[in-house]
Amino acid sequence: MSTQFGTSVLDAASRLIAPFMLMFGAYVVTHGHYSPGGGFQGGVIFAVAVILARLVHGRDARWGIRPRLALGLACAGAGLYMAIGLLGLLFRGNFLDYGMLPLPLKLAEVRAVGTLGIEIGVALTVTGVLTLIFDALAGMPDEEI
Amino acid sequence: MRLLAGLPFVVAAVLLCVAASDFAAVGDPASPASTHVSPRYIEQGYGETGAANLVTAVLADYRGYDTLGETIVIFTAGLACVFIFRRRDL
Repeated sequence: MSTQFGTSVLDAASRLIAPFMLMFGAYVVTHGHYSPGGGFQGGVIFAVAVILARLVHGRDARWGIRPRLALGLACAGAGLYMAIGLLGLLFRGNFLDYGMLPLPLKLAEVRAVGTLGIEIGVALTVTGVLTLIFDALAGMPDEEI
Repeated sequence: MRLLAGLPFVVAAVLLCVAASDFAAVGDPASPASTHVSPRYIEQGYGETGAANLVTAVLADYRGYDTLGETIVIFTAGLACVFIFRRRDL
């Protein structure tokens, strides 16, 4: 996206929609434990909010995630998932056994925290990867990826 | 020659159809899928995982390893895109 093609209508609409998209994404990720949703869906909603800003504002997107940061997010998400799995192993449980995490909570709550952790990892990965793919497909020749 | 090339396709299609006719009906309570794993998930899922949502219990807990694999598949897809479409002058 080299040039900005958003008109004032697009600009205002995207500014209005983007915060709600981010909030809804956070809701879908965190509430995925109880209702339909989860890391994959919430991550896609986050990524769409970022891509919307890129589509409307082009290179001048104020809160656009730079491709390197997106790659870092994707790595961090997959790493977070793996780290939580290995934590279970470290505290004398099985791989990905969230019940073994040493938190001062009831067992069900500890498992819920572990599940939330991996959902956040998945969401980070999906957000980063979708942003990366968009940048890779739509980037300009002189832009870094 | 073209007919010959199509022959394996036809054979495979017929084999698939024959095999598909042997599947258990969807939701059949006597099928192996419904008699071994599913009752365990339904009966023990809450007690073992503490997840009020059965889908979460299966997706994030019983099959957490599978979900980890899915995440890594997506990550790999993103990396492949970057490596294929990366600009030369980097």
